[in-house]
Amino acid sequence: MQHIARRGLAIVAALALAVSTAACSNDGGGSPAKVDVPGVTDTEILFGTHQPLTGPAAPGYSKIAKATEAYFNYVNAAGGVYGRKLKYKIVDDGYNPANTQTVVRQLVLDDKVFAILNGLGTPTHTGVLDFLKTNRVPDLFVASGSRSWNQPDKYPYTFGWQTDYTVEGKIMATYIKNEQAGKKVCHLGQNDDFGRDHLAGVQKILGASGLAATDTYVPTTPDVTSQLGKFKAAGCEVVVLATVPGFTALVLGTAARMPYRPQFVVSSVGGDYLTLAGRLGAQGTPLLEGLIGAGYLPAVSDTSNPWIQLFRKVNDQYNAGAEFDGNILYGMSVGYTLVQALQAAGKNLTRDGIVQAIEKGGFKGPGTTPFRYSKSVHAGYSGVQMARTTGGKQNYFGKIYTTDDGDGEVKEFSEPATTPPASGLPGA
Amino acid sequence: MDRFVFLTLDGLSKGAVYAAFALALVLIWRSTRIVNFAQGALAVVTAYVAYSVTAATTYWLGFAVAIAAGLVLGAVVERGVMRFVEQAPPLNAVTVGLGLVLLIQGALGMIYGNDFRFFPAPVSRHALDIGSLPLLSPYDIVVFASVLLVMALLAVLFTRTRVGLRMRAAAFAPEVSRLLGVRVGRMLTLGWALSAAVGALAGMLVIPTGLGLHPTAMDLVFVTSFTAAVVGGFDSPVGAVVGGVAVGLVLSYVTGYFGADLTPIAVLVLLLAVLLVRPAGLFAGTKARHV
Amino acid sequence: MTSPVATLAQRAAADVPPPRRRGSTLLRHLAIAAGAGVILYFVTYQLDPFRNYQLATAAAYLCATAGLTVLVGLSGQLSLGHGALMATGAYTVALVQNKFSDSGTTGSWTLVVSLALGIATATAVGAVVGLAAARLRGPYLAGVTLAVAITVPAITTTLDEIFNGDQGLSVYVEPPPLALGATFPNERWQAWLALVAALLTMLLLANLVRSRFGRSFRAIRDDEVAAALAGIHVARTQVLAFVVSAACAGLSGGMFAVLALSVSPSAFALTLSLFLLLAIVIGGLGSLAGAVWGAALLVVLPDLTESLTDRLTLSPAAEQRLAGNLPLAIFGLTLVVVMIAAPGGLQGLVRRGARWWRAAPDARRAAD
Repeated sequence: MQHIARRGLAIVAALALAVSTAACSNDGGGSPAKVDVPGVTDTEILFGTHQPLTGPAAPGYSKIAKATEAYFNYVNAAGGVYGRKLKYKIVDDGYNPANTQTVVRQLVLDDKVFAILNGLGTPTHTGVLDFLKTNRVPDLFVASGSRSWNQPDKYPYTFGWQTDYTVEGKIMATYIKNEQAGKKVCHLGQNDDFGRDHLAGVQKILGASGLAATDTYVPTTPDVTSQLGKFKAAGCEVVVLATVPGFTALVLGTAARMPYRPQFVVSSVGGDYLTLAGRLGAQGTPLLEGLIGAGYLPAVSDTSNPWIQLFRKVNDQYNAGAEFDGNILYGMSVGYTLVQALQAAGKNLTRDGIVQAIEKGGFKGPGTTPFRYSKSVHAGYSGVQMARTTGGKQNYFGKIYTTDDGDGEVKEFSEPATTPPASGLPGA
Repeated sequence: MDRFVFLTLDGLSKGAVYAAFALALVLIWRSTRIVNFAQGALAVVTAYVAYSVTAATTYWLGFAVAIAAGLVLGAVVERGVMRFVEQAPPLNAVTVGLGLVLLIQGALGMIYGNDFRFFPAPVSRHALDIGSLPLLSPYDIVVFASVLLVMALLAVLFTRTRVGLRMRAAAFAPEVSRLLGVRVGRMLTLGWALSAAVGALAGMLVIPTGLGLHPTAMDLVFVTSFTAAVVGGFDSPVGAVVGGVAVGLVLSYVTGYFGADLTPIAVLVLLLAVLLVRPAGLFAGTKARHV
Repeated sequence: MTSPVATLAQRAAADVPPPRRRGSTLLRHLAIAAGAGVILYFVTYQLDPFRNYQLATAAAYLCATAGLTVLVGLSGQLSLGHGALMATGAYTVALVQNKFSDSGTTGSWTLVVSLALGIATATAVGAVVGLAAARLRGPYLAGVTLAVAITVPAITTTLDEIFNGDQGLSVYVEPPPLALGATFPNERWQAWLALVAALLTMLLLANLVRSRFGRSFRAIRDDEVAAALAGIHVARTQVLAFVVSAACAGLSGGMFAVLALSVSPSAFALTLSLFLLLAIVIGGLGSLAGAVWGAALLVVLPDLTESLTDRLTLSPAAEQRLAGNLPLAIFGLTLVVVMIAAPGGLQGLVRRGARWWRAAPDARRAAD
């Protein structure tokens, strides 16, 4: 048997040698004259992202990065930013944190991207924070509402983008306290930061004992019978959902079969009307009537909104006219914010430069509430507005609210919405 | 008490689908000693076929085409791929099966995209009130009826028809059967075709109860049905049915009374409890055949 | 002889010539391992950081595949649950490392302690599974180990306070020792750690399979009754095989925790268990060399298919369809084709090639 072992060890060595020669051969290049910024040339800036393109988390989310890329191509057609075209390398991690480790290292060490943009998922992205920090790679606009992205002392290169789950939970609870007063409230959340942070926000307003029952689900077990049975038994009249779209649809379908008809209030993460209608089919779509949600971007169905008009145009021209839903809107809006940040960072783009530009903040875009960016806060949008589904459309109602992820009060926000420049390019 | 009745009926209805899927696994195991790891993926393919046909015509035409597609697909997979590994070590067949799963999931993703598609149940899943109690839904009744029908048809096929007898002979004594003029290869193909058709039926019934149609929609069902077949005994069709119902009930009770998170642990406990007493499943007739 | 796995392992072993008895096996293995270590040491200086990370990942996989191939290929027991054993090792390392960091304990020795504890926990779990497994054969063993594999998310959710549910834990690992220099790349350090683990695993396993225990494994796999008559305690030996391979899986999982700096249930899903099995079968079941092929494939193949897809220039619509899916399909197709074309896996091909080389020098010369 020893020859097998010997051969095994020999193979290790041979493989490693083969890899090493391959690696050496593509060394070199790059101009020694000026200081190189990884991923930036006179004509190009390369961004990278990790997304779930396959596997159970892919539905819906797999459209986001493509929409961002479509907006990049729209900007590139108009000459790019400071003459540099924006390139986007999208890699699949299947929502598996182990894969994320590998692909992000590949993007940073092998493809030498300038920054990681909009990496999707809390468990996946949490694992690469330290790596990105060590390599001083800007980690921009993480696609998740976890509070983890807002730790400028610990992770100075990482920025959130969307309204975080706690802020959303606080504002939803404020709505319930004001408009659904006296009703029994329950909370169902995904069993990670999403569910926990959201619940924490709700409890900040309603108090720890303000909820009749709370429960969680695991994304790998598509069954919510027991959770809903518990809520029904507890007599809950309002059920707050911190669920992804698939589970929102499952909850609505299961409740209808029980039958159990509380008022559902669903997080923006799992509340996109078109995505839900697609899941529920023609028979199930009526279940969405009266559903209460929340949002920080214009309503997808609002065709008179200039932002929606702009992004629909870009979607038709550069994204093969994919079905325009909340995911596309999200991806394009991220692209818009990024272009704003690049413009603010100036012609001599550096990694520290873009971080400082975002910390200066002041970007006005499609979002209905302001960004919170500053030197000490790396969190994105600061609030949401509640929306109700009527006649197959999600319509915003009531005031826009903003707050923070701590104990700050929930405040009304009344500045008028911005409109995009005619060119569709920020700052133009 | 209401809740117990609800969970029991729900468990029976899920269990019936697991039973059908486990039956499909057992059919192939008995004839080729292969655990068909690609069975879930094959069922998903037929469901996508049904999805496309239904979109253009009616639900029931899609249903019929899916079953037919199952027959064809099973035969094609046996002739085109599995035939080459039937004589090889068993793990090679497992590897080929898993390779097919990845190939199929990739191909479906390319054709249909990785979105969940709405996949309708054949009839309403809303429970009918009997007395004051919401009991069986029309969907449950269709599930029970179709699974019972399939079992009856298979029983008749294997015990009362010449083809069925040949299939059994080809499975248990291929060499002797060949000498007696049975086209063993053809019987194996037929077995795979039947199994894939039964799998297609199970897929049509179970996909509407989950998150929707997706290339990975049957992964969890495959795992559950696999354990059901293990509980019942891989050599016994009756065992597959009993195992399926048992697993369905256990999952339903554990989900209902303790929470869905715990179901994998409950399945493990059930398996250990059964196998430590009967290492070859509840319905192991004889000692496992020597290979 | 009741297990279908047994027949397959028997075939795989058929090519293995009887051991030659010359000098001390242990010394020879030590010399080979030291030689490989020296070569790999220089190799890590040639590689860029990303290739070093890939090398580290392959080495971490190797710990698991080598142990699994001894279990499945030599002792004839199938396991679809090694991902769960890796999770055991990984979570233990994560918890212990974070304890050390919380209490302010530093030093390179802490990692050794954590890994040792990770191996110990995985070994204990492996012993329990192995006790149940020793009674089971074929699909029944597959079923139980499969059920073990899918309990990982259930356990991390139920014991939320310890394992932090689906989100998992981040793992504190110290940067490379300062003695190596301030700019020493972290990836090279990771590669060193993983390579040391892999070489140790290979060394121990190579000696094990050559020992009395290795012979008992094969005897049981080939014919349980005959082995029992020859005085081998069948059940005890099978449990031992399971325990050894669980220890390897624990080390592998621990290394993954160290490399990824995080652990979470989705990193140890059923797919991982199945991929490990695929790797050793494609590599060539029952041989440690096959385990090396398998571990290398797990790292190289996804990379290769992904870059292959990148080469294609497509319309945005087509690109959106193919992204992620084409690599998956190519991976699946590769598995099917290799299994049909080379039933003995890659190592089987290598053996065939070597035999042809030795057997037909004249024919070769004629061909030149």
